[in-house]
Amino acid sequence: MSETFSGNRGLQLEEGLIFEIGAFDKSGVDLAVPADMPLRIGVASREPIALPGLSEPEAVRHYVRLSQKNHSIDAGLYPLGSCTMKHNPRLNEKMARLPGLSDIHPLQPVSTVQGALALMDELAHWLTTLTAMPAIALSPKAGAHGELCGMMAIQAAIAARGELAHRKRVLVPESAHGTNPATAALLGFSVDEISATEDGRVDVVDLKKKLGDDVAAIMLTNPNTCGLFERDIIEIADAVHAAGGYFYCDGANFNAIVGRVRPGDLGVDAMHINLHKTFSTPHGGGGPGSGPTVLSDRLAPYAPRPFVRRDGQGFSLVEHADDAPEAFGRMVAFHGQMGMFVRALSYMLSHGSDGLRQVADDAVLNANYILASLQDVMSASYAGPCMHEALFDDSFLRGTGIDTLDFAKALIDEGFHPMTMYFPLVVHGAMLIEPTETESKASLDQFIATMRALVKAALDGETERFHQAPRFAPRRRLDETRAARQPVLRYHAPSMAAAAE
Amino acid sequence: MSDIRYTKDHEWVRREGDVLVVGITQYAQAQLGDVVYVEVPDAGRVLSAGGEAAVVESVKAASEVYAPLSGSVVEGNAALADNPALVNEEPEAGGWFFTMVCDDQAAFDTLMDEAAYQAYVKEID
Amino acid sequence: MRYLPHTPSDRVEMLAKIGASSIDDLFKDVPRAAWLNDPVDLPSHASELEVERHLSALAAQNMTASNVPFFVGGGAYKHHVPATVDYVIQRSEFLTSYTPYQPEITQGTLQYLFEFQTQVAELFGMEVANASMYDGSTAASEAVLMAQRVTKRNKAVISGRLHPHYRDVMATVIGKSDGQLDYAPLLFGQDEDLAARLDSDTACVVVQYPDFIGQPNDFSALATAVHEAGALLIVVVTEVVALGLLRAPGDMGADIVVGEGQSIGNGLNFGGPYVGLFATRQKYLRQMPGRLCGETVDADGKRGFVLTLSTREQHIRRDKATSNICTNSGLCALAFTIHMTLLGGQGLTRLARLNHERMIRLVTALEPLKIELMNEHFFNEVTLRLPIAAAPLVERLAARGILAGIPLTRLSPSTDFENYLILATTEVVTDADIDQLVSALAEELSEAGQ
Repeated sequence: MSETFSGNRGLQLEEGLIFEIGAFDKSGVDLAVPADMPLRIGVASREPIALPGLSEPEAVRHYVRLSQKNHSIDAGLYPLGSCTMKHNPRLNEKMARLPGLSDIHPLQPVSTVQGALALMDELAHWLTTLTAMPAIALSPKAGAHGELCGMMAIQAAIAARGELAHRKRVLVPESAHGTNPATAALLGFSVDEISATEDGRVDVVDLKKKLGDDVAAIMLTNPNTCGLFERDIIEIADAVHAAGGYFYCDGANFNAIVGRVRPGDLGVDAMHINLHKTFSTPHGGGGPGSGPTVLSDRLAPYAPRPFVRRDGQGFSLVEHADDAPEAFGRMVAFHGQMGMFVRALSYMLSHGSDGLRQVADDAVLNANYILASLQDVMSASYAGPCMHEALFDDSFLRGTGIDTLDFAKALIDEGFHPMTMYFPLVVHGAMLIEPTETESKASLDQFIATMRALVKAALDGETERFHQAPRFAPRRRLDETRAARQPVLRYHAPSMAAAAE
Repeated sequence: MSDIRYTKDHEWVRREGDVLVVGITQYAQAQLGDVVYVEVPDAGRVLSAGGEAAVVESVKAASEVYAPLSGSVVEGNAALADNPALVNEEPEAGGWFFTMVCDDQAAFDTLMDEAAYQAYVKEID
Repeated sequence: MRYLPHTPSDRVEMLAKIGASSIDDLFKDVPRAAWLNDPVDLPSHASELEVERHLSALAAQNMTASNVPFFVGGGAYKHHVPATVDYVIQRSEFLTSYTPYQPEITQGTLQYLFEFQTQVAELFGMEVANASMYDGSTAASEAVLMAQRVTKRNKAVISGRLHPHYRDVMATVIGKSDGQLDYAPLLFGQDEDLAARLDSDTACVVVQYPDFIGQPNDFSALATAVHEAGALLIVVVTEVVALGLLRAPGDMGADIVVGEGQSIGNGLNFGGPYVGLFATRQKYLRQMPGRLCGETVDADGKRGFVLTLSTREQHIRRDKATSNICTNSGLCALAFTIHMTLLGGQGLTRLARLNHERMIRLVTALEPLKIELMNEHFFNEVTLRLPIAAAPLVERLAARGILAGIPLTRLSPSTDFENYLILATTEVVTDADIDQLVSALAEELSEAGQ
């Protein structure tokens, strides 16, 4: 039974679906009345579209109420390991909305968008310089897409050597993010897992055993998904190259080393960069991302179209197969995520190379501060120092009847978004915490104090607090089993459902 | 009483006349959590021991169910399409995955019996 | 630096807690060979003012669509986006939120995704839609991969009237995964006979609607033939506003409908970020890539929404995933759904009629000129054959401050198409714009002796 008549609780306002509150003859857009002309569409007309509209005031209210149910980095720390939830500067948004950068069409004559091409070229310069790599593909639309780009370039290089038929294996650590083996499999490679050592790094002995002349590539993340720098990475790169393979690096954790270490100096052949992680473009509730991919000399010739080329005094766009015969192809219509390029460049210009180096330093400092402040009460999976994220497992909860999921839900009641849970898969009940450099010491101290208090509550046997959590969020725990067993993926009007019966 | 054996991947195999019935154990379903979807093999599919035979999905994970023996599929359990919860409710009865014929009857006898499987589960838990 | 909260004394305190004497200690695992003592050779930090000046100077070099008569389409369209859209998507809770993996504190995102999925399915005339993909071209490629999985066959027959960039993307992705692509050529003046290319290994046939020369074609007969051959029909929509006026693809027998949603809620943005749309029949649900949002209840019995059927996706199935997709296009999908909500179904239909009316006006005004209209029908885009080369003409008109469409050779370089020009008109095109374009064309033609 509800405590209030409206079902609302103070500022927590319930909100229905647009299909429940809108009407078919409502609209929030004033449009001219079309002239009554005979149609020249050549096909039958559309039946009336069964979608309601809302007036502007109703629409604003609807979406503002929805927004109030969301947590966001603007509201508080998001300790999500591997996601790099840093502050999204508002200057980026202002720059991305400059009409000269936003109100331009990708297929306008190139002579009318020289500033846009110059911007792409400048972004490319920053990214290739930060990574010490000679070439870059800007078009991939997200990190996973960038992985696909890097692996396709590798595949093209192998094909150019006439070795595609027998180089069919890709080596991936057991701790890798799921996109890595998914990408390899999509391209027809088989995936071999490499085990980890006791201290959380790639087992170089196991790796060398698994190398052979049928290996196309290794896909590594560095720092790895446990938040640790792969000390043997140069030795690994050399071994892979000696076996005729290539080194793909997942750049998700670049925030730990940007301005401090250049992947090109580690022997990397291809690395995608998540602009929405390291370079502050907003996560937007799930996208859009951007995954430009840097390439070594050996892979540069195969970079996909389109790309920007300096052309005497100006810039041109290389779009067609005849103009770039070695390119492995085209990954997207048009040129890539220009809106994210502007935001990322605005961020890079703001920080400068000195600021970016400080970003890595503070990111690593913050993660180690959390590790040092929690390791006496929680079970850190590996001895420090860590890089930009700290990994814990659930052994500190053993015997309490509380698991990682329960712990995370209790954190929600405390006003925090939970850390990354159950990833990487190599430790049990993983909790991966990445604060990023934009958290103040006060913010970290508040998080640490809360975590310590929750640990104490768990060990003191306050199981109900955890099992019932969250109690104070806009919704309690949701029945995900029901959602999967009986999928309801769109609204169905009750009258239609009744008629169907 | 039917003849029943177990694999290290937590499948059970029960001889019923000419066919073998295959499913996952009580232990396995408890580990998986609520099953939301099952992909059973089509009739006639050729199986090799240890190879993938079916897929069982819970909300957060998908797991392979492996063929305990080599042979071919007689029938997949169609009831699981509408009611995957059967795997949780009756893992060793109504929640069976598929029936098969095996080309090597001797191989069946090499699998763990009930006692051996219970000991194995105790060991890994 | 304005984005970094720590003071020097903060850092000292924190290092003490960690037990390290300097930050360098924390980087001890970095091999000496890769150690950098100094910042990388790039400019050092800049104030907001300096960054604004720098980027504004780059912006000033570009000709913006709102400032000139604008007729450029080709898969991205300039429509008017209501002010409310940009305001809402900039709210902190939408802009800076994460993927809704913790549904209890992201019901805002999840509910709008549910509404978005419903709108997309309804617009396409299909049963179920996903929570968006990167863009139309990658969605189209994913559709072909899905058809291959569903039918367990390899071949894809591709219409010659599919956007050339989309064909190019398919060739890049599908070519790598054991598929075969059978490309019909781009032909004018005759209907394609795609049904003749069907055989027992055909997984799907891909058509665009309206096609890339701007023509809507009825593909119901093709759908029947495709189904008789045991294959799936994939329909690609690059101008989603057209669905306000044209019969829905689902009603014509499409099995998978994909599209580019940029036209609704999203600006041109020089090609991205855009938003891919993907919808299919209920029976193929488990083979559909991308994120899905579903309805359920919480522990108190209240309705709520969650991401569901995630076991298809990469983070769980790993090498058996339906695709390697990780992100959807979140904020762009939000912009789409807000704009669609403001319009309503009737509003979209009215908007579509306005677009079509603009093109009727343009086509009528062009009649006196010696220009051949290659379309029998159109929605808001047409392809013309001029008596002179189109690419240099477009350059000359740009120099005069008119963005007069796209030379076909920009998309499909071939001497056969040198004289072809693609023009689009949306509701933002005025009578004055049309008059300016037509008189400029008339002048150009008469100077060329035409």
